[in-house]
Amino acid sequence: MATYQEFIQQNEDRDGVRFSWNLWPSSRLEATRLVVPVSCLFTPLKERPDLPPVQYEPVLCSRANCKAVLNPLCQVDFRAKIWACNFCFQRNPFPPSYAGISDVNQPAELMPQFSTIEYIVQRGPPTPLIFLYVVDTCLEEEDLQALKESLQMSLSLLPPNALVGLITFGRMVQVHELSCEGIAKSYVFRGTKELSSKQIQEMLGLTNPAASGPQGRPVAPQDPAATCRFLQPVHKVDMNLTDLLGELQRDPWPVPQGKRPLRSTGIALSIAVGLLEGTFPNTGARVMMFTGGPPTQGPGMVVGDELKIPIRSWHDITKDNARHLKKATKYYEALANRTAVNGHSIDIYACALDQTGLLEMKCLSNLTGGHIAMGDSFNTSLFKQTFQRVFSKDYNGEFRMAFGGTLEVKTSRELKVSGAIGPCVSLNAKGPCISENEVGVGGTTQWKICSLSPSTTLAMYFEVVNQHNAPIPQGGRGAVQFVTQYQHSNTQKRIRVTTVARNWADAQSQIQHIESSFDQEASAVIMARLGVFRAESEEGPDVLRWLDRQLIRLCQKFGQFNKDDPTSFKLSESLSLYPQFMFHLRRSPFLQVFNNSPDECSYYRHHFVRQDLTQSLIMIQPILYSYSFHGPPEPVLLDSGSILPDRILLMDTFFQLVIYHGETIAQWRKAGYQEQPEYENFKHLLVAPLDDAQEILQTRFPMPRYIDTEHGGSQARFLLSKVNPSQTHNNLYAWGQETGAPILTDDVSLQVFMDHLKKLAVSSAA
Amino acid sequence: MNVNQQPPMASPYGQPQPGYGQPNYAPLGGGYPGPYGPYNGPATAYQPGAPPQGYCTYASFPSKAVAANPVSALSSPLDLGPPLPLSPPPVSTPQAYSQYAQGDIQNGPPSMDHSMAQPAHRPPVSQLYSQGAMNLSGPQPSYPQQYGVQPPMQQVTNQMSGMQIGSGPLTSAGPGYAPPPSSQPPISAAYSAAAPPSYTQAPPPVSGSPSQPPPSHQPRAPAVSQQQSFPPGPPPPAQQPFPNSAPPPQQANHLPPGPIQQPPMQQPPQPGMQGGYPPQQNGAFGQPVGPQTGYAGPQYPGQQNYGAGPAPAPAQKRLDPDSIPSPIQVIEDDRANKSSEPFTTGVKGQTPPLVTTNFQVKDQGNASPRFIRCTAYNMPCTADMAKQSQVPLAAVIKPLAVLPPDETLPYIVDHGEAGPIRCNRCKAYMCPYMQFIEGGRRFQCGFCSCVTEVPPHYFQHLDHTGKRVDCYDRPELSLGSYEFVATVDYCKNNKLPQPPAFVFFIDVSYNAVKSGMVNIVCQELKTLLDYLPRENPEADSVVRVGFVTYNKVLHFYNVKSSLAQPQMMVVSDVSDMFLPLLDGFLVNVNDSRMVIESLLDQIPEMFEDTRETETVFGPVIQAGLEALKAADCAGKLFVFHSSLPIAEAPGKLKNREDKKLVGTDKEKSLFQPQSGFYSNLSKECVAQGCCVDLFLFPNQYVDVATLGVVPVSTGGSVYKYTYFQAETDREQFLNDLRRDVQKPMGFDAVMRVRTSTGIRATDFFGSFFMSNTTDVELAGLDCDKTVTVEFRHDDKLSEDTGALMQCAVLYTSCSGQRRLRVHNMAVNCCSQLADLYRNCETDTIINFISKYAYRNILNTPTKTVRDTMVNQCAQILACYRKNCASPSSAGQLILPECMKLLPVYLNCVLKSDVLQPGADISLDDRAYLRQLLSCMDVSESHIFFYPRLLPLVKLDGGSLPMAVRNSEERLSKGGVYLLETGLHLFLWVGANAQQELLSNIFGTPTFSQIDPNMTSLPELDNPFSQRLREIIDSFRSQRSRYMKLMVVKQEDKAELIFKHYLCEDKSVSGGASYVDFLCHMHKEIRQLLS
Repeated sequence: MATYQEFIQQNEDRDGVRFSWNLWPSSRLEATRLVVPVSCLFTPLKERPDLPPVQYEPVLCSRANCKAVLNPLCQVDFRAKIWACNFCFQRNPFPPSYAGISDVNQPAELMPQFSTIEYIVQRGPPTPLIFLYVVDTCLEEEDLQALKESLQMSLSLLPPNALVGLITFGRMVQVHELSCEGIAKSYVFRGTKELSSKQIQEMLGLTNPAASGPQGRPVAPQDPAATCRFLQPVHKVDMNLTDLLGELQRDPWPVPQGKRPLRSTGIALSIAVGLLEGTFPNTGARVMMFTGGPPTQGPGMVVGDELKIPIRSWHDITKDNARHLKKATKYYEALANRTAVNGHSIDIYACALDQTGLLEMKCLSNLTGGHIAMGDSFNTSLFKQTFQRVFSKDYNGEFRMAFGGTLEVKTSRELKVSGAIGPCVSLNAKGPCISENEVGVGGTTQWKICSLSPSTTLAMYFEVVNQHNAPIPQGGRGAVQFVTQYQHSNTQKRIRVTTVARNWADAQSQIQHIESSFDQEASAVIMARLGVFRAESEEGPDVLRWLDRQLIRLCQKFGQFNKDDPTSFKLSESLSLYPQFMFHLRRSPFLQVFNNSPDECSYYRHHFVRQDLTQSLIMIQPILYSYSFHGPPEPVLLDSGSILPDRILLMDTFFQLVIYHGETIAQWRKAGYQEQPEYENFKHLLVAPLDDAQEILQTRFPMPRYIDTEHGGSQARFLLSKVNPSQTHNNLYAWGQETGAPILTDDVSLQVFMDHLKKLAVSSAA
Repeated sequence: MNVNQQPPMASPYGQPQPGYGQPNYAPLGGGYPGPYGPYNGPATAYQPGAPPQGYCTYASFPSKAVAANPVSALSSPLDLGPPLPLSPPPVSTPQAYSQYAQGDIQNGPPSMDHSMAQPAHRPPVSQLYSQGAMNLSGPQPSYPQQYGVQPPMQQVTNQMSGMQIGSGPLTSAGPGYAPPPSSQPPISAAYSAAAPPSYTQAPPPVSGSPSQPPPSHQPRAPAVSQQQSFPPGPPPPAQQPFPNSAPPPQQANHLPPGPIQQPPMQQPPQPGMQGGYPPQQNGAFGQPVGPQTGYAGPQYPGQQNYGAGPAPAPAQKRLDPDSIPSPIQVIEDDRANKSSEPFTTGVKGQTPPLVTTNFQVKDQGNASPRFIRCTAYNMPCTADMAKQSQVPLAAVIKPLAVLPPDETLPYIVDHGEAGPIRCNRCKAYMCPYMQFIEGGRRFQCGFCSCVTEVPPHYFQHLDHTGKRVDCYDRPELSLGSYEFVATVDYCKNNKLPQPPAFVFFIDVSYNAVKSGMVNIVCQELKTLLDYLPRENPEADSVVRVGFVTYNKVLHFYNVKSSLAQPQMMVVSDVSDMFLPLLDGFLVNVNDSRMVIESLLDQIPEMFEDTRETETVFGPVIQAGLEALKAADCAGKLFVFHSSLPIAEAPGKLKNREDKKLVGTDKEKSLFQPQSGFYSNLSKECVAQGCCVDLFLFPNQYVDVATLGVVPVSTGGSVYKYTYFQAETDREQFLNDLRRDVQKPMGFDAVMRVRTSTGIRATDFFGSFFMSNTTDVELAGLDCDKTVTVEFRHDDKLSEDTGALMQCAVLYTSCSGQRRLRVHNMAVNCCSQLADLYRNCETDTIINFISKYAYRNILNTPTKTVRDTMVNQCAQILACYRKNCASPSSAGQLILPECMKLLPVYLNCVLKSDVLQPGADISLDDRAYLRQLLSCMDVSESHIFFYPRLLPLVKLDGGSLPMAVRNSEERLSKGGVYLLETGLHLFLWVGANAQQELLSNIFGTPTFSQIDPNMTSLPELDNPFSQRLREIIDSFRSQRSRYMKLMVVKQEDKAELIFKHYLCEDKSVSGGASYVDFLCHMHKEIRQLLS
C-alpha cells in the first residue's frame, strides 16, 4: 500500500471523503482519547468527470430501517442471486432485472472502483429550476444601474426553461407579474406587516377564489397560468423582464435628512418564500436577494432608520446593546427553516460600505445552502464576477448547482453518527445509528441541503459504539455509506451513493499506526468547524480556550517528550503542521472578532463551513508566494520574515488576493523601469504574480477581493494582519535587518505560541 | 278652507256679517258680470288697501315692487303709520278714491290708480307691510291677469279660516275677484279679524292695480275666467264683495291696533258700498266654494265678513282646490313684484324675494340671500316668544355659492402679515357691524360689545357720522360678504398648504365593467382632466391627479411622466391599507398626459374579461386618505362604485335590506350605518381634508346609508345611478361628473358661525363633521353645499340692535391658497309675534323643518317624526291665530300671509319618499334622498318638494309659461307638460295632444309613435322645439345635478312615476291630498286653540 498521503489523496479524488483518522480506534474510550474525533469531510457532489451516471434505480436492502444501497463491500452470492447487506447483514435477493448477474457480469455498483456511483432515477415530472430575484431598490443610482445590468445579463445565463421571478423592495415590497402585456403590473405589500404564507398566496391571487366562494360554486381547476404569473420561463419573458429591469426605479419614497431609507428586507424575503412555498414546494428554487443596506423596518429589522443610531457592532452585542439582534435573528431563522422545509435556498448578495445585517440574515443562506456574497458596491467586478460565477457551468455544460439535496448516512453497527456541520438542516430522521452525543447538527441520519455545488462540503462526526471492555475485533472494517439524493441542474433526479470503509485498530497496540493514519489537514478543518460552530453560540474566549485545550491534549497524546522539559518535545511528521494550523486559526476572522464587523465574521464563517478542504485550509492559513529575481516563484512562510524589499508577494486568503510589492520593487516600479526595454525582466517579474492571481480569480467562488499594494501602502494591512508576527516592535533586535518587516502588533508570534504549547504539553501539572 | 273649516267659518263670519254677507252675496252672485265692473271699482278701492300696505312698509311689500314709489313714499311715513293706519288709506284714497266713487274704501281705489299710474308706488306700499298685506300686494301684482287669484292667496295666508278655503281658491281662481277679497282677507289675516280683512284687501288691490289696475279691472275678470274654470260666475261676485269689504279692511290690516277699530267701520262701508261684493265674497267662501271657490275673491271676503254665510255651505262640500292657497300664485306674485329691481341688502331684516324669483342682489352690508337665507328676518326678542311661536330660527348658508355673472364675487382683502383684524374676545372678524370709537382708535364688536384696539396699520379717521373715512374703500367695512387672505397662523401645522389633489377610484368588478361605466369614465377623464378647477382661467390647474382601480383588491397606477407606460401596482392587503407608491401616483396632468391617456385607454381593456364580482369599499377610501396624507395635501376622492362591498376587508357590509322593517320602530336602524367603521374613517378623512364624492352604479342594494357616511361627513356628494345603462344614463352621469370635477370648491375647511349675544348657533345640518359644538369641519366644501344652522336664545335680544350673525369659512382654495370667507347677516328683532309672522320665509322654514325631520328618522320612528312635524306646524299656525289674527270663529282657518303655503309644502315633505315611502321605493333610494336633502339649498329643496309643472302651450317669447299646480286635475289630455323635480325632468304627453304639438316636439304627429324611452328630444328645426330644448337646458343648468329627461305618455305604465310627483294629489303610498291635509291641519289647529 502506498503511503497514507497517497491513500488519502486517492480517497478524496474518488469519493470526496477525508477522514480525520484513517484507522479507527476500536472502542469509544480510545476514540475519545484521540482528541480529534472520528470524523470526515464529505463533498457530496464532488466533480467526477470520469463517473458516468447509471440510468437505473439503486438496489436497496430490504430491511425497513436499513435500506442501504448495494455496494462493492457487500458480499454477493452470484449463484443464489443473493447479496448480504454489509450494514445490517440482511440477505437480500437481487431484483429480477439482475437475473443475468454473475461474477464476470457484475453491475457497476459492485465494482470496487465504483465506491461512489450516481444513479439517475425517474421520479415524477421534471420541474424546471426557479430563480427568484429579490432586489433592493434603495440603492444609489449608480449601484442600481450596475445591479440592473448584472441582472439583465444573468437572464442570458439561466437555463432557457428555468422559471424566473422578480420581487423588488424598498419601503414597500413589489411582486412583479411577468406575464402581462401592456401595463407593467405588480403586487405591492406593506413592508412592515408580517403575513402568513396563506395570506400571501391569497393576496397574490394564487389560491382558488372559487373554493371560498359564497355560492359554493364548483371549484374550477386551478389555472396554471395564474399559478405562474410571477414565475415565467426565461425564454418567454426574456424581453419583458429585461425591459422591466431596465425601468426599475430607485425606491420613490423620499428619504429625509438624517434617515436611512426604509428597507423591508424581512418582508420581501418572507413574501419570496411564501410565493415559492405556495407554488413550487419541494422543487429546486433559488431566491437571490440583492441588498444594499440593512433592513430598517418591519420584522427582521436590523437597525432603525435614524442615521444617528449606528448599526450594531461587536461592542454593542457583547454589551447586549443590540436592540433588534435577537428578534431579527429569530425572524430570519424561522424563515430559513420554512425555506429549508420547502427545499428552496436563499442567496444573499450584499453590497454596501457599511454592514447590511448579514449577522442576522446569515442563517437564511447557512441553513438553505445559499450563497452569500459581500462587497462594497454592485458596481464592482467583485460582485459582477461573483454573480456571474453562480451560473458557471461544468465540463458537461451543466450548471454547477444542484437542488433539494438530502444526505443520508448509514453506518455499520460499530459506528454511530453524532452530527454534521455544514450548510444543512436536520431532517429529523430517526434510525439505529444515531449517537446520543450530538455534535453540530445531530440527532438524525438525514440532512437536507437545499442547494449544493460541487464544492459543498460537510463535516460529519461519528462515534465509536463499542465499550472499552468489548472492543471491536481486529481485522474488521467499519463502513459508512453516504446516500445523496438531489435534483440535478438539468432537472433530473439523481442519487449518488458513496460507500467507504476503514479498518479498526487497537489504540493501545497500534497507536503508531493510528498516528500515522492521522490526516492533519482534514483534522484541522474538522476541528476548526467545530470551533466555528461553537463560536456561534459561545463567547469567543471560551472557544479559543477549548481549541487550545484540544491542541494541548493532542500534543500530550502524540508528542514525544520528557516530562517538564519543553525542549524535548517533538511531534511526528503526520502531526507536525497541525499546531501551526491552530495558531493561524486562532488569529483568523472565524474566531477573532477584533477588526471584523459582525457582518464580516458571519460572511467568513459562512464560507468556511461549506468549502472543501483545500479552500478551508487556505482560509485558515493563507498561502503566500514570493516572486523575485532569485529564482522561480516559491511558496514561503506566512511570516513577517518573508516580507522583503526585493520581493513581490502574492497572498491568497481565499477572501482576498493581495499582491504586495516590496519596498525596492515598489520604488523601481514607481521609477518606471518596467517601461524600459532593457528592464524587460523586471516587467516580467511584475506581471508574473498578476498572472497567477488571475488564475486564482478565474476559479474562485466567491470572487476574492483583489488588492494590489506595496510597501507602506494602506492596503498592505491585509498582508500584515495575516503573517506570523515574528518581528514586532517588541523584539527590536530584528529592526532594519534584511530578514523581514516588523509588524506593529501585540499578538504573539508562532514562535511564542509553540513555546507555550510545548511548555503546557510537557507539563506534568496538566 | 278646508271644507271642515267652512262650517265653522261660516258661523263666525256669519255672525259678524251674517246679513252682510248674505245680502251682498246674493247680489253679487246675480250681478257678477255687473258687479264685475263695479268690482273693479271696488278692487281699486281695495287697492287703497294697498296704502295700508304702505304702512307696513314691509320688506315683502317692497319686494313686490308694487310698492311703487309713490306709495313707498307714502308708505314710509306710513310705516310709522302702522299705528296710524289711516294715513295710508288717505294716501291711496286721494288718487284712487276719486276714481272709485264708491271707494269709501277710497284707499283701495286710489291705490289702484296709483298702481296704474305709478305701479312703483304700490310696491313700496306692499313693502311696508310685510304681513298679510304684503303678500296680498305681492300676489296681486303678479296676478294682474289672475287678479282674483292672488288676492285669495293673501287672504288665505292671512286667514285660512274655513272661509279662507274660499279665499285660497279665490286667489287662484278669480283674479279679478281675488283682489278684492284678498284685500279683505289680508286684513283679517294680518290683524285680528277686523284688521286682517282690511289688510288682505288692501294688498290685493295693490297687486291688482299694479299689474293691470285700470285695465286690469275688466281684464282681470276675464283673465281669471280664462285661467280657471272657477272664475266664471262666482268670481265676479266675489270680487265685488271684496272690493267693498276689502278696502276698509285693508286699512285695518295695516294697522293692527287701528285696524281692528277700523274694520268695523270699513266693513260696514264695504257692504254698503259694494253690496254686491260682500255677497260674492261670502259666496265664495261658503256656498261658492264649489262653484265660486275658484273665486279667490269671494273667499277672501268670506274670511272676514262673508265667511259666515258662505262658510257653512262649503263646509259640507268638497273643498275646492282652487280655493286654497296656491304655491303657483305666490311664486308668480313674488316674481312679478320683485324681479324687476335689484334686492339691496343694506336694510336689516328685509325678507328677500323667493328663490323662484330671478333677481339681482346688491351687497350693501349684509350677505346676499344667495349665501344666507333665514327662516325669520324678524327674530323674537326672547326665548319665550320663540318657543311660543315654534317658528324655527335658522339660517341656510351656502358659503361658496356661485353668483350670477352680473353680481361681483366677494372681494379679497389682505390685512397683511398679522392676519385679519378680529375682536379680541369673540374673535369675530372685522365687518360692517364693528363700531369705531374714540376717533377710530378702537372698535366695539357688534357681537359681544368688547372694545378692541385698532392696530396702527389699520387706523383711519372717522367722519362726522362716526364712520371711517375709508369705509367704502374697504369691503370688510361696507359689504356683507368678502374674503380675507389667511396667514400661516390659519394653516394646519402652521405650514402653508400644498395644492389639493384629485384621486379617481374606479370599480372594475364585473358589474361595473358590464354596465359600461368603466369605459365611460375612462373615456371622459381623458378630456375632463383639462378642466380641473383653477382660480385663474388662464393658468393651468395646480390640482394633481391620481388613479386607482379596484375590485376586491386595489390597483394603483404609477403615471410618472418619465415612464413610457403606466405601471400597475396591486395592493391586495386590503385589511391594512397603505399607499404603495408616492412619487408617480399624484401627478400634474400636463406633465404626464401621455402616460395618463395610455392608462385610461388600457383600463377598460385590462378588465374587459374580468370575472371578479366582489368589491371592497373601506380600503378604497383608506387608500385615498393615505395618498393625501403621504402627499401632505387636501383633496377629493372620486369613487365610482357598483356594488355592496362584501369582500373580506375592513368596512365589509352585509345585505340588510329588509322591507318588513319599513313602518316599524326598527325602521330607523336602516338609515343608520351598519358599523362604526365608516364614521371613524370619516373622522380621519376630515382631519386630513380628504373629501369623498361617491358615484354609485348599483343593480341591487348597496346600503347607501352606510356607504354615504364618509361622503356626507366629508362634505362630499353621493350620486346614484340605479340600473345604470351606458346608452340611456351616460349623459346624466357625465354631466354630473363634469360638473362635480369642475365646480369651484374649497378644501380642508372650517366654518364657524358667530352671533350677537342673546342667540347662539346650536345645531347644524349638512355634509360635514363636527368634533366640537361650534366648529363645522368640512374636508371639502363646494359651491352647491349648504350648511343649515339653527339658532336658540340664550338671552334676550334687543330690538335696537337686532340679531347679527357672522359666518366665517376658512378654507384652502383650489390653487392651494388659504382663505377666509366671511358672510355677515343682520336681522331685526321683535317683541311682537305679529312681526315675526310677517317676516318669515316659508321656503326656508320648510328647508329647515325637512332637514330636521330627515335627520330625526335616524333616531325616531318615522311616524313620530311625521307627527312631530304636523304638530309643530299646527302650533306655529295656532300661535299666529291666537296672537296675531283678529278674533273670529274657531272654525276659521287663518293663515299668516307669509306662511300660507306652509301646509301645502309641509304636506309635500310628509309625503316625500323618505318619510312615507311607496312600495316601489327602495331603502337605498330613501337613504340617498335623505342624505341629498341634508345639504340642499332653499331653491333645491323647494323644487324637490314642490316640483315645477309647466304646460307647454305657447313657447314664444323669452318668458316661461306659467306653471300650474301639481295636480292631475290640472293636466289636460290635450296638452304636453314639463315637470321638473330637481332630480328628474318629465315630459308628460296627453293622450289627445294636438298633432301639431307632437310634430313640433317629437317629429311625429302620432301619439303612439312617441318613443317613451327617449332621453333627449330630437333636434327639430322649429321654434317650438328649439325653445323647448332651450328651456330644458336652462333648467338643467340651474341645478347642481343633471336631470335626466323621461318622456311619459298618458296612460302609460311610466305615468305612475310621474304621478308620484303630483304632490297636491293623494299619493299611492297613502299621502294626503293638499285639500285633505289642509283640513287636517285646520283640525289640529283648532284642537290646539281649544
